[in-house]
Amino acid sequence: MRASGAIDCDVHPNVPSMQALVPYLDPYWQEMVDVRGIETFENRSFPLMAPINARPEWRDGKGRAAESVERIQRELFDRWDPAIAICNCLYGVQMINDEHMAAAFATAVNRWIAAEWLDKEPRLRASIVVPVQNPELAVDEIERWAGDKRFVSVLVLVMGELPLGKSFHWPIYRAAEKHGLPICIHLGSSYRHPVTASGWPTYHVEDYVVQTQAFQAQTASLISHGVFQKFPKLKVVLAESGVTWLPTFLWRFSKGWRGLRIEVPWVDRSPLEIVRDHFRLTLQPFDAPQNPVEVARALDHLGSEDLLLYSSDYPHWQFDGDDLMPAGFSEELQRKIMVDNPLATYPRLGGTI
Amino acid sequence: MTLEVLDRSQTETAAQAAPVRAKPQRLSIIDCDFHPTVKTIDELKPYLSKRWWERIQTYGLRPRHAFVNGDPYPKAAPRAARRDAWGPDGSQPGSDLAFTQQHYLDAYNVEYAMMAPLYPSGQADQDPDFTTAMVSAVNDWQLDAWAHQDRRLKASILVSYEDPQSSVAEIEKRAGDKSFSQVLLLTRTNEPLGRKRYWPIYEAAERHGLPVAMHVFGYSGFPVSGTGWPSYYLEETTGHSAACQSVVASLVLEGVFERFPDVKFINIEGGFGWLAALSWRLDKHWSRLRAEVPHLKRPPSEYLKEQLYITTQPMDEPETPRQLIDLMEQVGMDRLLFATDYPHWDFDDPARALPRGLTPEQTRAICSENARQLFRL
Repeated sequence: MRASGAIDCDVHPNVPSMQALVPYLDPYWQEMVDVRGIETFENRSFPLMAPINARPEWRDGKGRAAESVERIQRELFDRWDPAIAICNCLYGVQMINDEHMAAAFATAVNRWIAAEWLDKEPRLRASIVVPVQNPELAVDEIERWAGDKRFVSVLVLVMGELPLGKSFHWPIYRAAEKHGLPICIHLGSSYRHPVTASGWPTYHVEDYVVQTQAFQAQTASLISHGVFQKFPKLKVVLAESGVTWLPTFLWRFSKGWRGLRIEVPWVDRSPLEIVRDHFRLTLQPFDAPQNPVEVARALDHLGSEDLLLYSSDYPHWQFDGDDLMPAGFSEELQRKIMVDNPLATYPRLGGTI
Repeated sequence: MTLEVLDRSQTETAAQAAPVRAKPQRLSIIDCDFHPTVKTIDELKPYLSKRWWERIQTYGLRPRHAFVNGDPYPKAAPRAARRDAWGPDGSQPGSDLAFTQQHYLDAYNVEYAMMAPLYPSGQADQDPDFTTAMVSAVNDWQLDAWAHQDRRLKASILVSYEDPQSSVAEIEKRAGDKSFSQVLLLTRTNEPLGRKRYWPIYEAAERHGLPVAMHVFGYSGFPVSGTGWPSYYLEETTGHSAACQSVVASLVLEGVFERFPDVKFINIEGGFGWLAALSWRLDKHWSRLRAEVPHLKRPPSEYLKEQLYITTQPMDEPETPRQLIDLMEQVGMDRLLFATDYPHWDFDDPARALPRGLTPEQTRAICSENARQLFRL
């Protein structure tokens, strides 16, 4: 099924190698890469050879995928015909322990995205990769790109050093709100903490599955700390988060809030309402079973047609064939997910399509 | 929404005019989560050696968190308890047998109550040898102070789960006593509960036909979220449900259910609504990544449907009663075990917590029959 005119809110260009980034690093860091023998910062959450991280037909002879604009043009744009696709580059910037090195690599990744992807394909947009380890440097990075309307959101991983609601991160939200940039919280960890409350999981599939718990924690954190009272125009996109965990989490969290709101008196309305106003989720991986009863229930439980944003999660292997849109979605809902909801979420897309 | 409010106020008025307690043929419940505690720690002294008693006197309990006493996240009520659950002599909630019988067992028509002593229990202490001594003391105390005093009260075999060898010894010591109905672990362990280091516990449970119950809490030393320590109790308490999700994923993906097909697991006090979505997610990604876990012969959801039970409290509260029934159907009416969490503040009253629209058979299954079958009562 083609999706002409859709806005694909989550695609992943892969950095082919350190050598691809070096030209975009400042001279000092170019030298450091060489002198220190820094080989790669590939993100542990996305081992390229894991089946989930690229559809087989999108892998080259070495198994690599999504490393050039020609490939995304052929594999994504020719196939589904989206009007826009938003690049979320998951290179391991936010894992780096040295915050200055992280800032240098964030800048390099953003320069690489601008030059190698956005300049070459007008239908592409991107999230600004920021060194979330240091909010001051992250704000510098946001300001560096804010004048370029092709950057439409700010990218952070769902697991970092501190919960995202903490005021430590608020300068990032202030800058993002000012420039109309949603915060895109994407699956992936910096592995500062074990992925589970009981330590490190054994398998990659386990690590991947349980990352929804971190999305729950970040949603709870942002709301509990009053981020949306402080930054009322801020939007959050949960990307590659899965979808069906949201309703029962929200019901539980809202119930908790009713009992415990003495603790967070600034949270002046139900978390359920706050999420419906401020949070959006990308569609893939859509994790309801493929039967109409459960899909209908999942949509009923979400309780709003505004929440989902069309996404392919290219080149990740989340669905088979061309059927990116789950069966059982009405024409009207599909239209909202593909166009209206993304346009309402990313103000910087306005007027560009 | 207006109707919802009106309904509720009518129920309140009716309840005040004619107390629910006086009605004949009340539903009886098997409560799968009741928390007894001591009036003072002295109650445990007879069961502890001099060394461990002195350790308590000198250092107290030493769970993996920052404070000598109390919780890292102060609760919203003293002892996290219902404010009406303190004993007539001021004793702490859940510590006075006579008051507990009247205020809880009789009042809610409790046929059986599964005891889950949480504090003091010694579980999740930094010294596993201390835990071994403490859990054995608490197991003796459950019998003397509660189970032998009232046949409605069923004890749990607390074990020093970070030391599987000692856990097996404790299970062997208690398994022959029918006053014990289950092995009790906490969810936040040092490693995910599916890891092989814990398998001797499951092996012993299987040998004796005992369910393995996993109650929320515990101090693994790791943050409740993979992104660090939250600030608020609201976040932490919501996070316990998330921690349960990781535990369930670990048990199934490590092949615990495949290896121990006769052991039933019970997840307590994490709510249940999340289980269906987790099962779908497990199945979806297992189907793509199954080469990594070749020991699984079937989709994860199939194991969960057969071997995992889950308690109802704190009851999920969707926007409509129909949605709550959806969640119950998704989990399975035969998998749900009613729990009150007495005497804690987020107690669920059996007369009020269940949604309108359940059939009488479904209500009985959830409130007592599933548990009766599981525990062979």
